[in-house]
Amino acid sequence: MIAELGHFALALALVLAIVQAVVPLYGASRGEPALMALAGSTAIAQFALVALAFAALAHAYVTSDFSLATVAENSHSTKPLLYKITGVWSNHEGSMVLWVLILTLFGAAVAWFGTGLPPDLRARVLAVQGMIGAGFFAFILFTSNPFLRLVPAPPDGQGMNPILQDLGLAIHPPFLYLGYVGFSVSFSFAVAALIEGRVDPAWARWVRPWTLAAWCALTIGIALGSWWAYYTLGWGGWWYWDPVENASFMPWLVGTALLHSAIVVEKRDALKTWTILLAIVTFALSLIGTFLVRSGVLTSVHAFAVDPARGAFILLLLIIAIGGPLILYAVRAPSLRGGGLFAPISREGALVLNNLLLATGAATVFIGTLYPLFLDAMGGDKVSVGFPFFNRTFVPLMVPLLIAMPFGPLLGWKRGDLLAASQRLMFAAGAVVAVVLLVLLFASPAAVLATLGLGLAAWIGAGSLVEWSERVQLFRTPFNDTLSRARHLPRAAYGMTLAHLGVAVTVAGIAASAWESERIELVRPGQSVAIAGYDLRLDKVESVEGPNYTADRGTVTVTRHGSLVAVMQPEKRFFPVQQTPTTFTAINTDLLSDLYVVLADGDGKGAWTLRVYQKPLVPWIWLGCGVMALGGLMSLSDRRWRVGAAVRRGRAPAGAAADD
Amino acid sequence: MRRLIYLLPAVAFVALAAYFFVSLTRDPSVLPSAMINQPTPAFALAGLGDQPGLVRDEFAGQVVLINFFASWCIPCRTEHPLLMNLSRELSVPLYGIDYKDKPEDAARFLGELGDPYRRIGADREGRVGIDFGVYGVPETYVIDKTGRIRLRHVGPLTPADVARELAPLVKALQRS
Repeated sequence: MIAELGHFALALALVLAIVQAVVPLYGASRGEPALMALAGSTAIAQFALVALAFAALAHAYVTSDFSLATVAENSHSTKPLLYKITGVWSNHEGSMVLWVLILTLFGAAVAWFGTGLPPDLRARVLAVQGMIGAGFFAFILFTSNPFLRLVPAPPDGQGMNPILQDLGLAIHPPFLYLGYVGFSVSFSFAVAALIEGRVDPAWARWVRPWTLAAWCALTIGIALGSWWAYYTLGWGGWWYWDPVENASFMPWLVGTALLHSAIVVEKRDALKTWTILLAIVTFALSLIGTFLVRSGVLTSVHAFAVDPARGAFILLLLIIAIGGPLILYAVRAPSLRGGGLFAPISREGALVLNNLLLATGAATVFIGTLYPLFLDAMGGDKVSVGFPFFNRTFVPLMVPLLIAMPFGPLLGWKRGDLLAASQRLMFAAGAVVAVVLLVLLFASPAAVLATLGLGLAAWIGAGSLVEWSERVQLFRTPFNDTLSRARHLPRAAYGMTLAHLGVAVTVAGIAASAWESERIELVRPGQSVAIAGYDLRLDKVESVEGPNYTADRGTVTVTRHGSLVAVMQPEKRFFPVQQTPTTFTAINTDLLSDLYVVLADGDGKGAWTLRVYQKPLVPWIWLGCGVMALGGLMSLSDRRWRVGAAVRRGRAPAGAAADD
Repeated sequence: MRRLIYLLPAVAFVALAAYFFVSLTRDPSVLPSAMINQPTPAFALAGLGDQPGLVRDEFAGQVVLINFFASWCIPCRTEHPLLMNLSRELSVPLYGIDYKDKPEDAARFLGELGDPYRRIGADREGRVGIDFGVYGVPETYVIDKTGRIRLRHVGPLTPADVARELAPLVKALQRS
């Protein structure tokens, strides 16, 4: 009964979405306030309905109602409660419900917070959101109904892939979807602007916070996915250029470009058509990401729904959702006139460089992901693309981007002074020299590229600090004055500094992976493995019983110079329902390095193979992503998004020129 | 002229959509490979550690399965329990090619999960993978008695794949 209620709520949401797609658009073209205002109520009602449907599905999972096909196929009565809940979205049908839940959440948020928008723009934005919603509701109801009943209901479910029974993986899709779907708002704004034929700084100011929010979520989502790969796979790798990873990375790259180009529209009224295009492409890549994972065009672990009928439906959705706006773009964009002119060496110029490099980077990832399949489909040559391809194409594009990064914020709008900026960055150059010297002194100097990578991280980090100290006039005015400047600096400025520092932290983490050490030894309880100054003693291996698995659990005592550091418990788990073994890695981190211990096989005679890694700075990879996202959130909390935004086509308020 | 530039994204998208459409009409897990019905590329691979290696020519006259795997690949772990029984169920030899992997890692992977392969060749550089047109591990190939590739399965095998395509094909090839 509850399931039928959920099904009905979804159907009703489809009807509302269609109404929202049509009526406000008509109202906006006719200038009918009542018809335009309808969009707000339908958007909020849609969210309520989808939340109801989601709750109904979650109820079925929690109570193990195996009369529902998705529950029977993906859940099991002995599964821990946490994974029953996360199981709602770790299958195709449920994940699509999560997708529309987030879509309608954003729709409702635009309706709720967008009361300051001009009514016609708000109506059009929500109408476009309604169109996306209608497409996806139809997709769910016609090809992937989560409320399909099974008669007779099986006594128990088939269980969930043990690899998916993990907290990191369980919370990673909601963040990823918040990112993917969040970009739908910038997309809707872009399409609405094309329909209106008008893009101005006020528009950019409304789009930026939504883009920022989506970008933060996507950053966290990607980091969680990578972190999961790191601790689950048991080999300590953290990025594989897997097609599905790439599918989430491409919208991130283009979204990052969008974030920066929207600044130019807001401050300088330039780069309009490019920004609109980026907004469309970012969401298009998010949709293609969904498509690639679900249609079976690319096969991967993550591909939990391989069904050509669904694929055809998604392709149709893609053609309407991306092809339509791109044609609209071809018609309308030429008439959008850019305002501000600028010299190549200027902040605008630096942001253009940023955009070009990020967009080209996204293009290489795109090609690397699709080209092998493309060639094969054409019956042509056979190529294998992997690390070597991306290392040779993507990395060389990112290096100049990172080198140029500290310059951008130090250049003035319209016309910048490269020489002056370079002089200010002398401190950062000093930091690079210091870091490189330190590495040469204390680490093995053989890793030249890694050393340069650490230098690059120092360059970005110190460069961001230089920019901040310029703003607060550190050491150039009395300290109290600096303090007061630091207090009054807009949060958006801190946001940028933080986000750029986050990049530095991540780059350092990536570069330092060259210095990891590894030991693999067969040890008996009581014996030890020594690695990088640590001493790991295997105390015992015992059998333990988990909720839906059995495991061999090792207890490893870690000491350094005789003092206790940690007790680690790696496990080898076996899931009887799926007949699948998994490794449960034990990781001990002090945020500067990770100790990573895997319990491999026993020899049956009381000895066990221990694999131990010591990975310097590895936690920084994800820590940096966290700092980037924090920077985004900091910028999002800036009060200028809330005040003064309603002044359309007015001059930017005084003081705004100092931000970013 | 200026207008045409703005049309470019739409044109690029049409090409992409056409490509997606073509991909959809194919069975998603059996990517048509340029190698279908072609002779198996020649290879002679060393084994893992001091194990014996793998040479193409020793398959002659029998139907065999070749499975590309790697210790670093998650889908391979998903597929693994199925591989453990596959060879016996289909009464066909299963050979493994360890793709772009450290032999120590592979040995540990197999030590941990069990070794389903009759013999394994270590394709450390991925050269043989390129010759086969491997897109990503795992991939499974069916080779007939004349040494031609008859099926390429991309991604982890599921019981349904085995029942639907692998088992019938192997039976038919063995009878011929």
